Amino acid sequence: MVKEQNIDDRLLSILEQVFDPEIPVLSIMDMGVVRTAIIDNNIVKVQITPTYSGCPAMDVIGDDIKAALKSAGFDSEIELILAPAWTTDWITPKGRKALEDYGIAAPLDAEADKEVLLNGKRIVKCTNCGSQNTRLVSQFGSTACKAQFQCEDCLEPFDYFKCLK
Amino acid sequence: MKNNLYKYILGIADNSLILGQRLGELCGHGPSLEIDIACTNISLDLLGQVRSYYQYAAKIIDGDKSEDDIAMMRKENEYLNVLLIEQPNTNFALTIGRQFLFDVYHLLFLKELQKSHDITLSAIAKKAIKEVSYHQRFSMDWVKRLGDGTEESHQKMQDAIDTLWSYTDELFHQTEADKAMIEKGIGVDTTKLKEAYYSKVSEILEIATLKVPASKWFQKGGKEGIHTEHFGYLLSDLQYMQRTYPNMEW
Repeated sequence: MVKEQNIDDRLLSILEQVFDPEIPVLSIMDMGVVRTAIIDNNIVKVQITPTYSGCPAMDVIGDDIKAALKSAGFDSEIELILAPAWTTDWITPKGRKALEDYGIAAPLDAEADKEVLLNGKRIVKCTNCGSQNTRLVSQFGSTACKAQFQCEDCLEPFDYFKCLK
Repeated sequence: MKNNLYKYILGIADNSLILGQRLGELCGHGPSLEIDIACTNISLDLLGQVRSYYQYAAKIIDGDKSEDDIAMMRKENEYLNVLLIEQPNTNFALTIGRQFLFDVYHLLFLKELQKSHDITLSAIAKKAIKEVSYHQRFSMDWVKRLGDGTEESHQKMQDAIDTLWSYTDELFHQTEADKAMIEKGIGVDTTKLKEAYYSKVSEILEIATLKVPASKWFQKGGKEGIHTEHFGYLLSDLQYMQRTYPNMEW
């Protein structure tokens, strides 16, 4: 998978402090939505890509990046790009761990995802007790990127981050 | 060329806007919480795609029209969506039937649009395909569940498909703008999708134990700006705030 990511090292620690407003444990870097961040003539140029076309968090993420860069002394321009389209593969291992700790099951690979959402296969691990005896409640959860599950052992309801490839 | 491309983009985008509006009507009114959330999430995906299309359209005509003007301030006969997606949410079977008959087309269409010579349309299509695949899974699943469900759900699903069937052929109708864009390698030649469409739809209806309607009489007009009676009511809801308080901001 070509990532085509270009982040200036001096900006990395600043951007890692900006979090997804809907999943506040996940930094935008771990989410993989920042594609470019370069310093050009003292202005930081940032390109971000939406997870889903209609993701209402994108405007807030843009504003938060601007604010974080401002407090570090940078003026910035934010550009929203669509290609290449975001995929759940861009969530970092650290990001996946943060999701799980927060109570959201991390995305499976595309094949397994299909088995789960279409054929009701029980392999998504409960984020509370780790059991795979989990049931799909709804293909759409609290946001467009998630599906709703329930554990049949500990009965915990939880979100599953759907695979997007 | 510019004008044709503008109209071509509206022809695609208006489908997503109006279907998004219809699904949005179910917000807080869905038959169950999960369905309510699913329909509004699908609506959100469609509206997100619409923003990308309208932003591009606004850039092309480089006047002072914004994406919001294009979405909110046109007259009824300036909307170029197909008649199918403006049909009302009279009952859940009709909502699902409308979604299913559109999703199958939408996915086939986007898979071709991603090959467009226009890089912006291609990028929007590539992004949207991922989302619309989930929409199609959802609507197919429900067509099967209702069709192969109880006697009552079967009958309602069959009635819905019968009612909506006459609007399916318009999906493949080509306007002058469509033809001009196909010639340039920008637009999708929808006539080539027709066979795959009816074969997929028939396959799912069969699994759902539903009959493929035999009627060969089809409605059209939406793509030329001539809409069904339902459309005016929909627009008055959609445009109310912008018409009452022009240039208002959230």
